[in-house]
Amino acid sequence: MAGASANIPPSLELFQPTDGPVRRALRSFNRWPIMQVVMIALLVICALFADIIAPYDPIDANLKDRREPPIWSSEGNGKYILGADLQGRDLLSRIIHGAKVSLSIAGISIGLGMLVGTGYGLISGYVGGWIDELLMRIVDVFLAFPLIMAALFLLVLFGSGYGTVIGVLVLFSWVAFARQVRAETLALKTSDYVALAQVAGASTFRVLFKHILPGVVNTIMVIATLNIGGLILTESVLSYLGVGIPPPTPAWGAMVADGKDYLSISWQISFFPGMAIFLTVMAFNFLGDWTRDFLDPRLRQVM
Amino acid sequence: MVTFLLRRLVFMAVTLFAVSILVFGVSRASGDPRYTAMFQFSKGVTKENWDALGELYGLDKPLVVQYLIWAGNALRGDLGTSFAGKRPVSTVILEKVQATAELAILATAFAVAVGIPLGVLSAVRRGTIFDYLGRYYAVAGQAVPPFWLALVLILIFTVWLGWLPGAKREGWDSYIMPVLTLGSGLIAGILRLVRSSMLEVLDSEYVKLARAKGASARAVVWKHALKNAVAAPLTYGGLLISLLFMGTVITESVFGWPGLGRMTIQATLNNDTPVLSGVVMFATLCAIVGNSMVDIIHALIDPRVRYT
Repeated sequence: MAGASANIPPSLELFQPTDGPVRRALRSFNRWPIMQVVMIALLVICALFADIIAPYDPIDANLKDRREPPIWSSEGNGKYILGADLQGRDLLSRIIHGAKVSLSIAGISIGLGMLVGTGYGLISGYVGGWIDELLMRIVDVFLAFPLIMAALFLLVLFGSGYGTVIGVLVLFSWVAFARQVRAETLALKTSDYVALAQVAGASTFRVLFKHILPGVVNTIMVIATLNIGGLILTESVLSYLGVGIPPPTPAWGAMVADGKDYLSISWQISFFPGMAIFLTVMAFNFLGDWTRDFLDPRLRQVM
Repeated sequence: MVTFLLRRLVFMAVTLFAVSILVFGVSRASGDPRYTAMFQFSKGVTKENWDALGELYGLDKPLVVQYLIWAGNALRGDLGTSFAGKRPVSTVILEKVQATAELAILATAFAVAVGIPLGVLSAVRRGTIFDYLGRYYAVAGQAVPPFWLALVLILIFTVWLGWLPGAKREGWDSYIMPVLTLGSGLIAGILRLVRSSMLEVLDSEYVKLARAKGASARAVVWKHALKNAVAAPLTYGGLLISLLFMGTVITESVFGWPGLGRMTIQATLNNDTPVLSGVVMFATLCAIVGNSMVDIIHALIDPRVRYT
């Protein structure tokens, strides 16, 4: 086993696998994020053109067809591809419209979290000293804090709706940006080109945005794509627990909750919306993984 | 070591103080707490019962005094009185701790027992089918909505096969599905952390030295490298603890588990703010204690960690 080909680091020779067809196929499959991008593109199209794509209205109840089974079941009337929910609304149409809710909320929250966290990290890293110390202790408090309990508490106090749900999700999303951007700012601050800019008389503002920010953009993009799946998941948890976007707006988590007492007779009501969450989050997570390996492999140890 | 513990204690106290101000501030900023308790006035709101409620909860005094009273009581273990049932919040919380602790400890043990060997295997057999499966599981496992996983488990094992009891807490077999639900996300997290740190360790000089001295591959992996691979998830112990919190809330609400998580959901649906603020404080305390314990264990395992 020892002393195989020279281009392989010796530590990896502990168990040296042979290069079989399965491995080669997997490797070329992993090179580009084809599956992820197709899946996410499909979701975005669903979200943008939900009104055209969805075969039925997602909100109008049709009690005659309540708990209608999927199209392949012999007991149903075959009108609804994935069946209908407790109020006779087409599940597929509601899932398509739900993409709009999930993607918009997660997108806005990650965007806001990115703005807040990046600004926070830049300031903390660049200013340094006791301000940095204080700002990072605040981050530590956030990391030690059981955010789900805080989220429930805040949503009870302020009521649930688009604004409050997004606000709560920003609480979850900004910390990763702040920590990582601060760490990179600390490193970039001491680099020669930043020193040169300072000597040349550039303002703090200019140094931060013209010279340091471009250096952390890759990291920001990686963190954003890695975390967006988690935010979609958190949003679905909140709506499953009944504190997310209020009905009748179709939110995937709430749709799963709709069917939880009818598993034995109409499993499709809970199953398909949950599947939609799973596939969406997985697509974003795999895309995030790929983005990290492509743009900033050093982050592999951190995320 | 002593200074390390002292620093930890100070950090704990400061965090609790900051959180208590936040909790108190937020609960007052959202409006008079009496509004959220309106449902109590079954006979309509009168000046008398409005003021009586204010007196009961100390709302007639200035805000700073209210905070000091609230914080002082909290320090003595008195977290107030719940809206629903009018019982002391601390009693309500303590009743539920055991069920949650059982679930959390079992799930963590399960996740560690499965996640660490899988992570090591995935790193050591890099590029083989084990590695791909491990990596896919690490990503996919964190993408499964836990409430949906729980419902699918109930659908398969309770509704279709009839092997396991559904939503209750009686007998050993009622623990299987909750522990699986809670553990699966943790396994994915642990697997991912162990894999990446194991890869790093296998590339290090001391592993090369051990190999060069003639130690077997097995000895190098399980004796020299594993210690470091185990230390990695500990660095992210805080992250795993917050995963655990999120998981218990969901798992308990799906399986009707009579623990803290389900109690929190019930308090949420009842707008029971005294219980919720108590739970937030209690959960913060648990999280900080948990984090400190993780740090101490980490320092004991890894001599490179300085007590700072």
